[in-house]
Amino acid sequence: MNSISRMENQAVARTVLELDVNNHAGVMSHVVGLFSRRAYNVEGILVMPVGSGVTSRIWLLVNEEQRLEQMVKQVEKLEDVLAVRRHGAEHEVFVRLEEFFR
Amino acid sequence: MSKQAPETLTGAQIVVRLLERQGVRILAGIPGGAILPIYDALSQSALIHHVLARHEQGGGFIAQGMARASGVPAVCLASSGPGATNLLTAIADAKLDSIPLVAITGQVPRAMIGTDAFQEVDTYGLSIPITKHNFLVGSADDLLEVIPRAFQIAASGRPGPVLIDIPKDVQNQLVEVGEWPEPGVAAALPAPAAAAIAIAAAMINDAARPILYLGGGVVHSGASDGAVALAEKAALPTVMTLMALGAMSVDHPLSLGMLGMHGARYTNLALDECDLLIAVGARFDDRATGKVAGFCPQAKIVHIDIDPSELDKIKTAHVGIAGDVQAVLELLAPRVETQQRLPWLARVASLKAAHPLRLPGIDDPRTPYGLIRAVADCLDDQATITTDVGQHQMWVAQAYPLRRPRQWLTSGGLGTMGFGMPAAIGAALAEPQRTVVCFSGDGSILMNIQELVTAAEEGVNVKIVLMNNSSLGLVFQQQTMFYGERIYASKFKGMPDFVRLAEGFGVAAIDLDQESDPRAALAKALSSRGPMLIHASIAIDEQVLPMVPPGAANKDMIGG
Repeated sequence: MNSISRMENQAVARTVLELDVNNHAGVMSHVVGLFSRRAYNVEGILVMPVGSGVTSRIWLLVNEEQRLEQMVKQVEKLEDVLAVRRHGAEHEVFVRLEEFFR
Repeated sequence: MSKQAPETLTGAQIVVRLLERQGVRILAGIPGGAILPIYDALSQSALIHHVLARHEQGGGFIAQGMARASGVPAVCLASSGPGATNLLTAIADAKLDSIPLVAITGQVPRAMIGTDAFQEVDTYGLSIPITKHNFLVGSADDLLEVIPRAFQIAASGRPGPVLIDIPKDVQNQLVEVGEWPEPGVAAALPAPAAAAIAIAAAMINDAARPILYLGGGVVHSGASDGAVALAEKAALPTVMTLMALGAMSVDHPLSLGMLGMHGARYTNLALDECDLLIAVGARFDDRATGKVAGFCPQAKIVHIDIDPSELDKIKTAHVGIAGDVQAVLELLAPRVETQQRLPWLARVASLKAAHPLRLPGIDDPRTPYGLIRAVADCLDDQATITTDVGQHQMWVAQAYPLRRPRQWLTSGGLGTMGFGMPAAIGAALAEPQRTVVCFSGDGSILMNIQELVTAAEEGVNVKIVLMNNSSLGLVFQQQTMFYGERIYASKFKGMPDFVRLAEGFGVAAIDLDQESDPRAALAKALSSRGPMLIHASIAIDEQVLPMVPPGAANKDMIGG
């Protein structure tokens, strides 16, 4: 995350990914490891259990690159990922968090 | 679920029962502290034969050999810590070549996880990037779900390795089992998109210079006959990747053999001229494509693959079809017109005449190509061929007359030296009626030499043809060609006596160098039963040619 300055960061187009996943230890490693070993930067991560806790939701803030399509397909292949939805950078989940990062 | 009278069993007994129910009859591994409960339960199994490897990587490749020969998921076992880490290379190899494998590892008891306990390593974390999926089992009850699911995942869609890490206390945990789950089998796939198939058929019908490009997925899918039928109907010259060799017989008039780095010049030149590339179960690997921008520069692309993430990964396809290639070919073939394509076939024939695959020394069994051909002359198509990795692997890929799918077992994606001999043991265990020949080199063979004793113990019908050039031949070749002949760390100073080494492990051996009639000696050796090592010296300056220099386009080959 340090490779580009905060200023440059603002200029990069962003995408928000919403993942429904099975909730067990190791799922985060699967998801985050997939991005890191393919050298695809993840700018922000949020995760919380949903409802009874059988599943969790992971929110990822990522750069909009040409390889994003490929990354989404790779994420969809993970056995513990139940669904992937794509949102624009304007999605409020990370916007509302910004006050905690001032 | 099938109901029976409830039984109280340990986790280890549940594992063994589930493997039996799954149809596993042979598995390979090495015991150790953290997996002893499973080994204790295994000792009571009347159905499962355990093959004791001498290194976990050997056990992993024995299982791979079984899986590659049969297409059915195979099982390997290892203990925690170094047992698990030793297995990792064989698992990574299975991932890159899409081989269905179920690896079961022991782990320290749950209460000790995270304490840096003796022989504790984060097997789950280590195996994430090299498995299709993995499990750390939290209770004996969970095994009833996890084990069938592991087999299902390994076999479904694009096959791959699955690891199950089982803490020792889970293996010892007693639970009551009333119902047994059904064995895990490959899940059904959605039907491929009909609209895309119609477009692909139209593109094939309209193409003037199409080429069919077969990958390992054709073998995995059992689609070789369908691929050959499509090629014949539409008169499609056909290239194969390293992984697909055997999918179309090398003698077939439409076969252009292997493409890419060590393919024939005419094969790569034909690809350079094609106007349509029909990729089937292939993933545009860099050894096949060379510089991607220069690969089939004039061609539109139809890409058929079971894994949607392969579509558009390296080359953007004009039509991408996600689906089992067998199912897609069945739908595609009726829509493809019967054609003769005489001008294009004539052009390919003229390229072949002008730039053929040259196999110097093919008639002299003391040269690499000649030795490979002499071995082939002693065998029929029922023989299975494995290789290690290096020059010998490429020479065999070029010169061995492969004519049947699953005849050819080689480490393609990961390129693992040490693969060949244990994989041959596995192939011979899975199909004991066949002769299995492992071509190896003096570099590769030493990487899993300990499995010679496993071969002797099991009495498998494995013949190791050891092509000895006293060097890491492909490194030596690259240093010669691309590093100003600065030969460094590739020429062996010390050389073991491989014949005595084999005999020391209990494996019969002959030295072709000492035989006045090497063909007769080969014929005798290959017609005997049981394991044997056949040693043959070759010259250190023999090269694999032609060759696409690293980073170059396939049409710019050198040599040959």
